[in-house]
Amino acid sequence: MSSAAAPATGSTPPRRGQRRRRSAEDVAGLGRTGAGVFVAPALALIGLFLVFPAIWTIYLGMTDYRLTGFAAVDPEFVGLDNYARILGDPTFWRSLRLTLVFVLVSGIIGQSLLGFAVAWALRRITGWAKTLIETLVLAAWVVPASVASFLWIALLDRREGTLNEILGTTGMAWLIEYPMASIIVFNIWVGTAFSMLLFSSALAAVPPSQLESARMAGATGWQQLRDVVIPNIRGHILTNTLLITLWTFNTFTPYLVTAGGPNGESEIIAVYIYNTAIPGGQLGVGAAISLIMLLINLVVALGYLRVGRARGARPAEASAAEASAAEAGPTEKAP
Amino acid sequence: MTAAAGAPTRPEPPFVTRVVTTSRVRHYVSRVLAVIGLALVVVLFGLPLAWLVTAPFDSTPSLAVQWPDWTLSNFSAIAENRYALGSFANSAIIGIGTCVVVIVLGALAAYALSRVRIPGRDGLLYALLLLSSIVTGTAAMVPTFQLVNSLGLIDTHLAVVLVVSGGTLPTVIFILKDFMDSIPKSYEESARLYGAKPWQILRDVVVPIARPGLAFVAVWTLVQVWGNFLVPYLLLRTTAKQPAAVLMYTFYTESGQADLRLLSAFSLVFSIPIIAMYFLVNRRYGFRFHGGIKN
Repeated sequence: MSSAAAPATGSTPPRRGQRRRRSAEDVAGLGRTGAGVFVAPALALIGLFLVFPAIWTIYLGMTDYRLTGFAAVDPEFVGLDNYARILGDPTFWRSLRLTLVFVLVSGIIGQSLLGFAVAWALRRITGWAKTLIETLVLAAWVVPASVASFLWIALLDRREGTLNEILGTTGMAWLIEYPMASIIVFNIWVGTAFSMLLFSSALAAVPPSQLESARMAGATGWQQLRDVVIPNIRGHILTNTLLITLWTFNTFTPYLVTAGGPNGESEIIAVYIYNTAIPGGQLGVGAAISLIMLLINLVVALGYLRVGRARGARPAEASAAEASAAEAGPTEKAP
Repeated sequence: MTAAAGAPTRPEPPFVTRVVTTSRVRHYVSRVLAVIGLALVVVLFGLPLAWLVTAPFDSTPSLAVQWPDWTLSNFSAIAENRYALGSFANSAIIGIGTCVVVIVLGALAAYALSRVRIPGRDGLLYALLLLSSIVTGTAAMVPTFQLVNSLGLIDTHLAVVLVVSGGTLPTVIFILKDFMDSIPKSYEESARLYGAKPWQILRDVVVPIARPGLAFVAVWTLVQVWGNFLVPYLLLRTTAKQPAAVLMYTFYTESGQADLRLLSAFSLVFSIPIIAMYFLVNRRYGFRFHGGIKN
């Protein structure tokens, strides 16, 4: 798998074979025109449904487009009015603050730390316990969002919910009393699998000899973690953090649990855009918030690319390498 | 794994013994803590899932997790509901439709990009890949809605297929190009000697060899589409056209009292294909292209 993962088409082919390579490349006799014909339909679709929406957001965000009424038929150009309105709107700032808390607590702290902790704890365990835990964590990841959210609604239900039964807190309406905490725990539940997989492959790649000599020198588990493991997997930690940030920032799934309620107390930015644009009918304002969101995404994604470069591999390859390690499973079998 | 086995037998100087004792205590304490922690993880992840496994088989399902009074009659509730079976058909139409579009267009593009040196090819691929991770369903929902609206495609399956395809094609092309790059060019050369046209070479030589890659992409795309909520929720208005992901949501929000027989059975039937597909891909191809599967 790892050999297949390394593509044969590096952007800098070896000098020696370059001439032959170039002439031998177009073996199908496609030519540039033929290639263009082959690529065009895919590019058209990508252009229309991926590139165009991104660009059109800029324009839409500067109009008073509405779902219904006059502004729906004949939208007017309002310049930066939408942005002025958004930046002066306390609900936007609350939404941004909630998103920040959500990304930080559920993504960066919750998913990453729990994912790492599980990967760390599982690295020496084999057999049914490992299979059980991995399967449960993965199943939470794979189950469709609609199902996952209902499972949590059932668990947290005021009257029959299992959580109230266990804790003896009969009648506690978790989703209304603690909406943010609910979607944070929910999101940790949904997304921890990715960090677990990534970190277990990263831990497998830590040289056993280094751990061994640390142990010989009398380092405690914590010291081994701090001085040997963390420096070794720093790149993975960065990759994981950036990807988790990007995904948590963009997730719409909490909408299925609380719909942003009650009174917008769990209205993270994706839900805020939806509520503003579709039920609220203010497409122009929604687009303006979208653009802010796109810009934040761009910053995080560029950071990710940069980290990928710094690690001497393109992001997808780095991941493939990590992945093939994950497939092989942890190799270290310490005493 | 390496020198570990030999370590304890090595003669130790006396002053080490006390260190060994405290570290042994510490070792046991950390073992116990680890076991408690893992038990908590099992409870946290298992408890919500337990309902999904027990409630569908309980003759009187409630929201609480309980040992079921075994029955299979709940599954008949799916057939009794006016929209349930249709929603699975809709999910299948959208899923297979997206698969076909993505594989045909993706294979054509990936093949051309793999075999012809177009200036700026790699840059183009990376730009697209970057873009597809930035322009997500949530950040682009307003322009996408507007675009589909002005194309007159609101409330059509075609709209969902096209939007999801546009979003996944960059990744698909990237994966498929990888597979095609590894196909030896000599096969195509000899096919060409016999006078095969480029599309014939693609159909008769490249596609059969790249079949594992195509299969991976097909399953990957299905997994993406099957659980997707936002795009169909945004673009489909008629209940009869909604896929299972959206219909299920309406089950428990719009009706005051949820029909738990239906909800539990429906949830399980809806989840099984995606879980099966995921573990199939995971087993056959490993956890590759991270972030690809379900993000």
